[in-house]
Amino acid sequence: MNKKITIEPVTRVEGHGKVTIHLDENNNVAQTRLHIVEFRGFERFVQGRPYWEAPVLVQRLCGICPVSHHLAAAKALDVIVGAGTGEGLTPTGDKMRRLMHYGQMFQSHSLHFFHLVSPDLLLGIDADPAIRNIIGVAIHHKDLAVQGVMMRKFGQEIIAATAGKKIHGTGAIPGGINKHLTVEERDSFLKGPDPLNIDKMVEWSIGALDFFKTYYKKNKDFIDNYAYFPSNHLSLVRKDGALDLYHGVLRAVDTDGKKILNDIDYQYYADYIEEEVKSWSYMKFPYIKELGPQKGWYRVGPLARLNTCDFIPTPLAQKEFEEFKSLTNGKPNNHCMHFHYARLIEILHSAEEIKKLLNDPDLLSGPLVTKGQKKNEGVGLVEAPRGTLFHHYRINEHDQITMANLIVSTTNNNEPMNRSVNEVAKSWMNGKTEITEPMMNAVEVAIRAYDPCLSCATHALGQMPLDISLYDKDNNLLDRKRT
Amino acid sequence: MNKLFQILIYGYGNPGRQDDGLGNELVKRLEKWTVNEGMAGIGFDSNYQLNIEDAEIISGKDLVIFADASVEDIDDFLITRVTGEKEVSFTTHAASPGYIVKLCHELFNKQPDVFLLHIKGYKWEFQEGLSNEAMINLEKALEYIKPILKDPVSWLNEQKIKQQSG
Repeated sequence: MNKKITIEPVTRVEGHGKVTIHLDENNNVAQTRLHIVEFRGFERFVQGRPYWEAPVLVQRLCGICPVSHHLAAAKALDVIVGAGTGEGLTPTGDKMRRLMHYGQMFQSHSLHFFHLVSPDLLLGIDADPAIRNIIGVAIHHKDLAVQGVMMRKFGQEIIAATAGKKIHGTGAIPGGINKHLTVEERDSFLKGPDPLNIDKMVEWSIGALDFFKTYYKKNKDFIDNYAYFPSNHLSLVRKDGALDLYHGVLRAVDTDGKKILNDIDYQYYADYIEEEVKSWSYMKFPYIKELGPQKGWYRVGPLARLNTCDFIPTPLAQKEFEEFKSLTNGKPNNHCMHFHYARLIEILHSAEEIKKLLNDPDLLSGPLVTKGQKKNEGVGLVEAPRGTLFHHYRINEHDQITMANLIVSTTNNNEPMNRSVNEVAKSWMNGKTEITEPMMNAVEVAIRAYDPCLSCATHALGQMPLDISLYDKDNNLLDRKRT
Repeated sequence: MNKLFQILIYGYGNPGRQDDGLGNELVKRLEKWTVNEGMAGIGFDSNYQLNIEDAEIISGKDLVIFADASVEDIDDFLITRVTGEKEVSFTTHAASPGYIVKLCHELFNKQPDVFLLHIKGYKWEFQEGLSNEAMINLEKALEYIKPILKDPVSWLNEQKIKQQSG
């Protein structure tokens, strides 16, 4: 008998998702699908609005990572106002935006690791869900839980200081930034009372990495083999090949490390990237045009970034990067659970970057904005915490937006997340006719590695139950569980 | 008012999604009102959603009132006491008030009196501004909260008596 198992929504990822697992007549996994309800109306919503509103408007898209959308939109509009791409900004404009971005990366990655992932690692993916959460971590590893809270807070305060406010920040504007950092703000981040200063953040970032590496040594089989499969990898890299989370050229490598997108100018991304529509999913499936949808799909995010870049331009993270690369003899790393390892290296890199920027006098004074020859089209890319984020706008002679195209990080990871679900389902669910909580979490562990954002950007009370349904081949409901 | 008594009013939601911004709007209006009234010592905060760092923020307070938009079956608004949740589930990066209270207790060993103001909302599209119906509910909620801020200790005592009497 064919059966369909539904897990809805996926927990401990952003927003809502649903997993369906189809079993064959022998109760082995025949097909898996991760369904994500992506809100596509936003691209139409911004049409007709003045272009300069976009960096603020796009923050409505997501209350989880508004900074990434804010900056990607601002970068696209830099092109439209004639400020060029990245290099065209004033030193103050560029560095203030970078500080905002690395603050976002630091807090988002910290939140993900300490809040969402550490319960699986510390308590086990099959542990009682009543304790497999941050409260469980708090009870057994209080120091780690406190560090997670304070690291998140530090990053949030960096964002507030650079974006101007927590909600609908206005810091980045077309062609630059609208404020300097004050001496008081800088000093509070550099020399603030323990633990809210950058030196403590660097120290804790190293501690988090040490924690993971110790765990990895004891659980190598799990970390190396869980949802493993080869893939291509795509991200921005700096022109000299360095890891750069804010700006660069677009590079993709295949599973052997061969460049399949060779440092292209992302203004021309549409010549290289295509999005496939599948009937069963609202979310598109991007791929590299030249390779086609079957071979051209790729991963984005921390793991992809450490696979595409040649080096990390901060010393402590570079040392960790070298150790990380040695695990796969310099070849791309395709281990799904190494996303967490890569994310932790990026936390350390972000902390180092923040420290470097805070010591830069350009943050405190200097011209804020650049303008030049206006254009009617611009593309902005950033490496958001979850991966490469594309914003593309066209405007008319009245300065109104006529076209917007966004490819968000989670969309870029659509195909690999589906493959990860498939790998785990085959391992855990072959021969089973009902779903247990550990099985459900096993699927989610793989999805969570990508840190997907499925946010619908609204969260009013009473909207997010965990609902698990089991159907037979005729879609008759066999079982349903709700938390 | 006792100067040592620390109050925080914390609204959360996405003001770019119509009535989802009810909590944020309440904070904005209350803050303005306290300035006009010459009231000091009341903290205000606002964000898209609650998150783990809020456990640290509330740890230094005596009374915290979270305000959020609600789709629950209520007439206009409702205030409920928040206790640490017995079963803590992760559904998104956003955290529930009960989760924050529990985390505050576990990590910082503090247990402020925490309440949640549920304000009924109706519309959730990509648009700034509250619906007319939500605005009416907001006004009612504001009129309820203002006296509390003038004499929070008495109100808190009343709540404790109500709670004890079942």
